[in-house]
Amino acid sequence: MLLNFEYKARNELEKEGRSAAPVYGESEVVCPNCHRTLKESQAESMLMTCICGHHFRIGARKRLGYMTDSGSFTELFSDIESDDPLSFPGYRDKLISAKAKSGENESVITGTAEIGGFPAAVFSMDSLFMMGSMGAAAGEKITLLFEYAAENGLPVVGWTVSGGARMQEGLLSLMQMAKTSAAVRRHSDKGLLYITVLTDPTTGGVTASFAMEGDIILAEPGATVGFAGRRVIEETMRQKLPRGFQTSEFIMEHGFADMVISRIVEKETIASILALHCRRSSDGSL
Amino acid sequence: MEAYERVKTARLSSRPTALDCIHSIFKGFIEFHGDRRHGDDKAVVGGIAWLGDIPVTVIGIEKGHTTAERMERSFGAPEPEGYRKALRLMKQAEKFSRPVITFVDTSGAYCGVGAEKRGQGQAIAENLLTMSALKVPVLTILIGEGGSGGALALALADRLWMLENAVYSVISPEGCASILWRDGSKAAEAADALHLTAADALSFGIADRIISEEGIGTEDFYARLKDDMSGEIRGLMEDSSLLERRYQRFRSFGRRTT
Ligand SMILES: [Zn+2]
Repeated sequence: MLLNFEYKARNELEKEGRSAAPVYGESEVVCPNCHRTLKESQAESMLMTCICGHHFRIGARKRLGYMTDSGSFTELFSDIESDDPLSFPGYRDKLISAKAKSGENESVITGTAEIGGFPAAVFSMDSLFMMGSMGAAAGEKITLLFEYAAENGLPVVGWTVSGGARMQEGLLSLMQMAKTSAAVRRHSDKGLLYITVLTDPTTGGVTASFAMEGDIILAEPGATVGFAGRRVIEETMRQKLPRGFQTSEFIMEHGFADMVISRIVEKETIASILALHCRRSSDGSL
Repeated sequence: MEAYERVKTARLSSRPTALDCIHSIFKGFIEFHGDRRHGDDKAVVGGIAWLGDIPVTVIGIEKGHTTAERMERSFGAPEPEGYRKALRLMKQAEKFSRPVITFVDTSGAYCGVGAEKRGQGQAIAENLLTMSALKVPVLTILIGEGGSGGALALALADRLWMLENAVYSVISPEGCASILWRDGSKAAEAADALHLTAADALSFGIADRIISEEGIGTEDFYARLKDDMSGEIRGLMEDSSLLERRYQRFRSFGRRTT
């Protein structure tokens, strides 16, 4: 066994034997794109996408459930949580409500998993935790993950969702852009693969650091991807921006993503890319 | 002085700009242009020069003084081409073993349709990735505004010095106030909350030195700065574990023991 650390199931995803998607009785979701009403179980069976192609936002843990082999995810660094280094007005309360809303204790979860049988270090960000903003704790978890992956010869696959750096931690959050980038570089210098999947939304300081530093950059359809906020640009330029500006399709057209990929075939695509770079864990060769 | 007073001071058009510093501190500055990809961004200046008897690469974000100059230089808000010009010059410096000195003064990266189309986020990210492992010493002097990622893209350095009234922040106090309290006029309160002064940055270990602004812009001021910079650069050039130290420097910000 490659990984050797203490681990106990913290939640559903980590428990053995979960395979079927949960059924939510009669609960329904409405597609914001085509306004269809879908049974949650129907949307679930399509990995929370709509028949029209719309991709619903999903939580970090649900995403890892979709994208990694059943039962393979082992969480790492889960004890790292944000504190309030600047005693910033209202920040403590925001953290408490973010935890309640997302069910997570930070905006990113990190760990190891297998994807189509290929072991990888993985991270997944959560929009329900302060819009996936990066403070010192998130930066530390990403950095530790890249260091762990570099040490263990693992590729990193990461799903980004972020409004950017977390302003409530001031300069310390800005420094996470430098810290995570340096860790990505060290991992890269070992010849190891890093795949990023940009999901809705990926903006600000995360776009300007590890989201755009992947060897291979995938993006989910229709996701907002950019650096500056749309409203800020509209105010600065005093003009309305066209539909489709700062989307996955837009950044691919301009040369900043390798492909736009539907969530439905995302996992097998990632596995195919890993196959070209790595060996399966069952080979026992890692 | 109140934090927001420093923000206003840092923004004064009368303050020394990057080019003022470059012309006063270095000898024989030769300016180079263009990113070899798309264009030449006038918000970023760079080239080669002598720091005393040391050949160096020097790069700065230039705001200009007069309204005409400031408009020409986009008020010191770089487009992706500016960051890519800086990147090109830093790689050139690495090839020829020249230390890099950057002067940072920006309210942030340029905010616009073209900048997004040409990958503003990617441009900043690539600078961070490259600077984190650049084999030559990097010294950054923050002379005015250090606006978020747009400033950091030229400031992933072995040493960061800040002028006494320079500020360094993840977001402008006005932007912070309008998000937090939906009231941009509460910028002064936001400036306090953000801890963006040079003294704050020094206390976090993010800045290494505060440069007194006594006699700012005078020959004596620049002479003092030049002597300090020469000494620092010489020290960094002899450091055989420069890259490890740079890694640990940024690694330490928000480090947890697990
Ligand atoms: Zn739909």
